[in-house]
Parts: sequence; C-alpha cells; structure tokens
Amino acid sequence: MTQQFYVSPEQLMKDRADFARKGIARGRSVVVISCADGIALVAENPSPSLHKIGEIYDKIAFAAVGKYNEFESLRQAGVRYADVRGYSYDREDVTARGLASVYAQSLGAVFTAEQKPFEVELAVAEVGPTQADDHLYRLTFDGSIADEHSFVVMGGQAEKVSSAIDAGWQASLGFADAVRLALKGLTPAADTDQPPTPLPASALEVAVLDRRSESSRGTRRAFRRLNDADITALLA
Amino acid sequence: MQESTANQVAANATSSFTEHLQRDRPELLPFSRSFSGSASAAAPVQVPHATTIVAMSYTDGVLMAGDRRATMGNVIASRHIEKVFPADRFSVLGIAGTAGIAIDLTRLFQVELEHYEKIEGTQLSLEGKANRLGAMIRGNLPMALQGLAVVPLFAGFDTGANVGRLFSYDVTGGRYEEHEHHTVGSGSVFARGALKKLWRPNLTAAEALSVAVESLYDAADDDSATGGPDTVRQLWPVVYTVDRTGARRVPDAELSAASRNIIESRTIAGREA
Repeated sequence: MTQQFYVSPEQLMKDRADFARKGIARGRSVVVISCADGIALVAENPSPSLHKIGEIYDKIAFAAVGKYNEFESLRQAGVRYADVRGYSYDREDVTARGLASVYAQSLGAVFTAEQKPFEVELAVAEVGPTQADDHLYRLTFDGSIADEHSFVVMGGQAEKVSSAIDAGWQASLGFADAVRLALKGLTPAADTDQPPTPLPASALEVAVLDRRSESSRGTRRAFRRLNDADITALLA
Repeated sequence: MQESTANQVAANATSSFTEHLQRDRPELLPFSRSFSGSASAAAPVQVPHATTIVAMSYTDGVLMAGDRRATMGNVIASRHIEKVFPADRFSVLGIAGTAGIAIDLTRLFQVELEHYEKIEGTQLSLEGKANRLGAMIRGNLPMALQGLAVVPLFAGFDTGANVGRLFSYDVTGGRYEEHEHHTVGSGSVFARGALKKLWRPNLTAAEALSVAVESLYDAADDDSATGGPDTVRQLWPVVYTVDRTGARRVPDAELSAASRNIIESRTIAGREA
C-alpha cells in the first residue's frame, strides 16, 4: 500500500486557489456598471442562449464568469432562494445582501469541503431608487465577498478592463454611455497601430436594471435583456 | 455511481416553483395542510367567499372583469376585495370561491410563471400556463371536498397563434377551453344570461368593457353575493384587458364612466329589468 504524502493546509488551499484562478482567467470578461439610469451589465458572449447575465428578482441581477455548469447552478439556486423568500415574506424583503451572503456561504463550503472548488466569480447587483442605494457585490471562488462601488469587472482580462473603465467612469453616465464605456474596456487592443475593431452586437450580451422601470415600463421587474437590435440602437 | 449522480441532477432540475416548494418547503403551499377531522361536512367553516367573474373575447384579445364583494354567509365580508389579477405580462386570472385560499393560489401562480421565465429564459406557452393552473386546483381538491373550493377563470393572449383565449376549471382541476365568453361564481348564471344577449363578435375594447360592466350589473341585481357599482364609495369592478401588447388594468375613470352610463340608461328606461 502506498503511503500518502503529507500536504500542509496552506499548500492545499494555495493549490485549490491557483486551480480556480486559472479556470477563471481563461474566460472572457464581464462588466457591471452602476450609472444614472440604473445598472448596466455587459459581457462578451457570442452565444445568444447560454447567458452569463441573469435576472434574479425585481431589482436584482446576476453576472458570472467561469464554468457554465457551475455558475448556472448557482444562478438557479439564487432564483429559488429569492422566489421562496419573496413568496413567504414579501417582495421587498428580498435583498442583494441576503442573496450575496448565501452565495458566499455556498462558495466557501464548496471551496473547503468538495473535491474541487468552483471555478467561478460572481457579481450580484441591486438597483435602488437613487444611485447611492445601488449595491454591487463581488463574490470569488473561495467565498470571499466584497462590497463594490460604481463598477465590477471580472474574468480573464479583469485588470486591464478595470483600468480602462476606471478612467472613464462618472456617476452621471446614462445607459448608452455606460455600455459604450464597458465596450471600450472589453475591446481587445489591436496588435499593430490600427485602432482596435469594436466588438459587434452579436458578440455581446447586454442587460440593464432600469432604475425607473415602474414609470417607464409599468413593471416592478427592473431587469431587461437587450437583443442585438436594441444594442445597435443604444450604441448608435 | 456516475449514472446515479446524473439521475439525481436530472431529478432535481425543475423549472416549477410549486414542485420546488413541494420538495423543500411543503408547509408554504396553500393546499398542503390537511384538516382531517377538524371540519366536518355537516358544519362548513364560515370564511369569506369571492363571487362573480366574467370574461369575454373581443377584437384585439380578451377582457376579464370581477365585482368587488366578498361574502361570509349572510354578511358582506368585504366591499373592496379584488378578484382579478394579472398572472404575468400576457395573462390574467379571476377567482371565485374561498377567498383566502384563492388569493394565496393566485400569488403562487404568479410566482410560478415568473420563476419558470427566470429559470428557462423564456415564457411558458399559454397552454402550459393553463395546465399549471389546473394542476394547482387539483392540488386543492382535499380542501375543496371540505367546502373550501377555489374555481378560477384564466384568460391570456396566445402570442404564437396571435389570439386571445379563455380557460375555465372545475374543482378537480379539469381544464376546459371556452369560446366567446364565460362566467364563474355565485352570480354567474345571471351574468351569463346577460352576456348571451349583449355579446357579439368583433366588439371593440370600449364596447367589451361596457358589456362586462352591464353583465356584472345584472348579476348584482339578482345575486345577493355580487356587488354592483358603488357610486357612494366610488367602487367599480376590476377589469383587465389582454391584447398583443400585454395585460392592462382599465383605469377607474373609464370604469366610472361605463358604470354611470348603465345606471343612467336604466334609470331613464325605468323598467323592472
């Protein structure tokens, strides 16, 4: 019988974290920006049906990078959590903070207890009546949670995209400007001196949490997914 | 081993909120509790009952209207109750029967449709929605046998076929598609009689509104459990229309005008009916 080698807990955690980071770094980036009109969620995603951005509840949206099967199961769990909570208490008792803390606990449990950690990074966004009431939470594979302001960038090129968006972000941006800014960050730099070619609408997944959905669309559900024609019209 | 994991994942993958509750939180379902032994058939419990709902098709889609009265035996339990609700963007439902259970069932049905839409990323078909509602009513059958029945009326716009459709139910969850118009509740026979004379094909939305309000007026005239338009308290029926643009609640101003027209014309006629 072969003897098992001793591995220190530090090494074990480091190996798991490196494994998860590598998985996430392979994916394309997702940007979540809080702006004057609400919250814009933009992802580079050529698939029209396998979404990285989803609706959780009236004012809450979800964005993820990493392995599809893992974040999809988390998204569905989030929808179930929110719907059960809203059904048994009241719709306004469903908050992004509660959801983010459930996500943090599940990610943390998977990171330490399961054979392999989830290779995902999540953002939970809640739009408020004013920009100061917006909530953005970033959750990483080990269950750590961060409360962010103004924007969240996740995925492979996160640092590069993040610096581009940091340079252009203002509180007064509308949806069109916020999506344009996200697009600027997501567009890969050209190899030569030519200006980089912008991503076509078909390679983008865009959704918004509308701050004034009650007055503008007559629904309390703030989440709206934009199709290719909507994206082209918004950016025109 | 691997196969059983896959089976387990597949078995747990549900897009239905009701199924999820049945599995994880059965105590939250409106029809989970059984009162066996506590309530006998001889002495049915006194609870508020919701009454008349009418629905009809018109040129652009379907319209549903309900009066505002709930009764408990000979007492008027509520003058303000609303019995017609939007189920989602393209469908509405009206409820007759035990008000408490009916309102909870409505809430469950609304969450059920929204839940499916969020999980699947697409809307349930109109037939699918009608079937889900039937399954919920069947779930309530044990309660119905103890006298706590709920009978809904479901109407929606079929975005595929581009037409408005009506569905009625019985207490066992039986689902029947209705054509032209239908009514449920204690005043339904009188409302049905009025609809048979007033309804005709290709009504405009305004004409359909007037027909709905008048048939409810006739139901209130002969059924003590149905409330008529209340000019003193400014209470009008709740009316929703559903067409290709979605469900819309008819504002009070239009309902007030339609109700006053009917009262006025009947006053001028000055006849027994």
